[in-house]
Amino acid sequence: MKSDRIKFLVFALVVLLVPLPLSGGYLTNVLIFVGINSVLALGLNLLLGYAGQISLGQAAFFGLGAYGSGVLTTTYGLNPWLAMIAVAVCVGLFAFAIGFPVLRLKGHYLAMATLGVGVIVNIAFNETVELTGGPSGLSGIPNLSIGSLTFDSDLKNYYLVWVFALGMILLSLNLVNSRFGRGLRAIHDSEIAARVMGVNARLMKVQVFTLSAVMSAIMGSLYCHVMTFISPNSFGFHFSVEILTMIVIGGLGSVYGSVLGALLLTLLPEMLRTFQDYDIIVYGLLLITMTIYLPGGLVEGIPALLRRLVPARKVREGSDA
Amino acid sequence: MLSLNGIGKRFGGLTALEGISFNVGKGSITGIIGPNGAGKTTLFNVATGIYPPSSGAVLLEGKDISKLPPEGRARLGLVRTFQNIELFGKMTVLENVMVGLHTQSSSGLFACSFRMPWQMSEERRIRERAMELLDFVGIPELAEVQAGTLSFGKGRLLEIARAMALEPKLLLMDEPAAGLNSSETADLAELIKRIRDLGVTVALVEHDMDLVMDICDQLVVLNLGTMLAEGTPRQIQDNQAVITAYLGEE
Repeated sequence: MKSDRIKFLVFALVVLLVPLPLSGGYLTNVLIFVGINSVLALGLNLLLGYAGQISLGQAAFFGLGAYGSGVLTTTYGLNPWLAMIAVAVCVGLFAFAIGFPVLRLKGHYLAMATLGVGVIVNIAFNETVELTGGPSGLSGIPNLSIGSLTFDSDLKNYYLVWVFALGMILLSLNLVNSRFGRGLRAIHDSEIAARVMGVNARLMKVQVFTLSAVMSAIMGSLYCHVMTFISPNSFGFHFSVEILTMIVIGGLGSVYGSVLGALLLTLLPEMLRTFQDYDIIVYGLLLITMTIYLPGGLVEGIPALLRRLVPARKVREGSDA
Repeated sequence: MLSLNGIGKRFGGLTALEGISFNVGKGSITGIIGPNGAGKTTLFNVATGIYPPSSGAVLLEGKDISKLPPEGRARLGLVRTFQNIELFGKMTVLENVMVGLHTQSSSGLFACSFRMPWQMSEERRIRERAMELLDFVGIPELAEVQAGTLSFGKGRLLEIARAMALEPKLLLMDEPAAGLNSSETADLAELIKRIRDLGVTVALVEHDMDLVMDICDQLVVLNLGTMLAEGTPRQIQDNQAVITAYLGEE
């Protein structure tokens, strides 16, 4: 318990100190998206890694957050913070409502249904031109501000996004190590045994689905204010798959694995620039290698690798600390 | 305690159970026996709400629970163990029992994520109670072991500890001695008697006749989905229909 606290504090400290030597350059900008993607990955990981329920529609909730905030602040001039709260509540209600029928499904059927939700929402972004600007996007979204502090630089936005991300990571860590988290993992291992133990599996699945949608929506709101321009392309099926890939690479059922996966998959395309059009091949090879040799993701893979390289006793001492 | 009234269960054209009626007396140990394919496990699944019955009703303390889902029945004190042990394999032994304490606690999504003070004290209480239950079945030293790595015998004990966590009024055990060696089975018999002495009514499906004859107060014999006989172990041993079903005609 105590070591969990220390781990989080160290992590938070690293996050808060990282941008200082970067002095607001290009890398800071990339790290903003690492923060956003971390929460999106974390939301899906709570659902898939812990409760064992897949969703291929996470980008839709992210997009609803972005468009909700974008439209409310730009077209209707609402206060961005109020808009963020209103949108989070609405997306939560939406997810809760569709959660009951959708989460009755299992496995491939659940994947298909959530994929369908994602595709429908994306079509709506494209087709409701008067509201969203359609395929050409929505521009002129204001930056967020608190009093006289306006979040208009990469460095400011970095701290804005990461304060939200750290908060959600902390809440998720609490959640997975609690009665609720145990219930989710029990459903994952054996739904029927969980129900016989009195776990209300149906309700808990919908609750965690709603939670992941709300987390994604809040990040969507932040995203639109950071970018000041959004278009439907950012919220399509491909992005849902990318979020899924992040947690597969980072580690299913691990909070920090979600962050690690988001970090790698956000930096990777930047690093693969030199390969130009062939980057997709490198990317695909990495995915295949990962799923074959490291199905537990990097958070399991790195300690396993260390165990092989370092004599066993040393590592055990290390992991006890 | 538990009454089955004319239970029938059909799967498509197959009649798995028909006209099963009997009572499980409060504080007793009732054994349900019968040859393979007699419908014993199906009867358990109907009693615990895994399948709805095609006909008839399940009554717990006089209340009709036929329409309740498994988790609803668990809350009323009807708890079961599984033939092939359904543990939460990726969780620790202690966490498995803590899931069993789910109905004895109430912290929800918000209390858990914000670590409310009452949630923290509830968490401590659950942990202590779970350790007591591991003591009760005799595996406290395995608390931090991953449940999926347990031997079959230890897994069975964990499953019983987890079921006891729900403070059941009626504990249904599906072949508790399956896969156990003779000394483990003897320990199990003692454990089941201790559970009864705590005031828990026990019903079990079992193939091990020595165990059944030793611990049961009452037996129900099923054959081909129907009730063949009902009575004390002594009466059943002398029942001609039962002998025929098990050994065939001369």
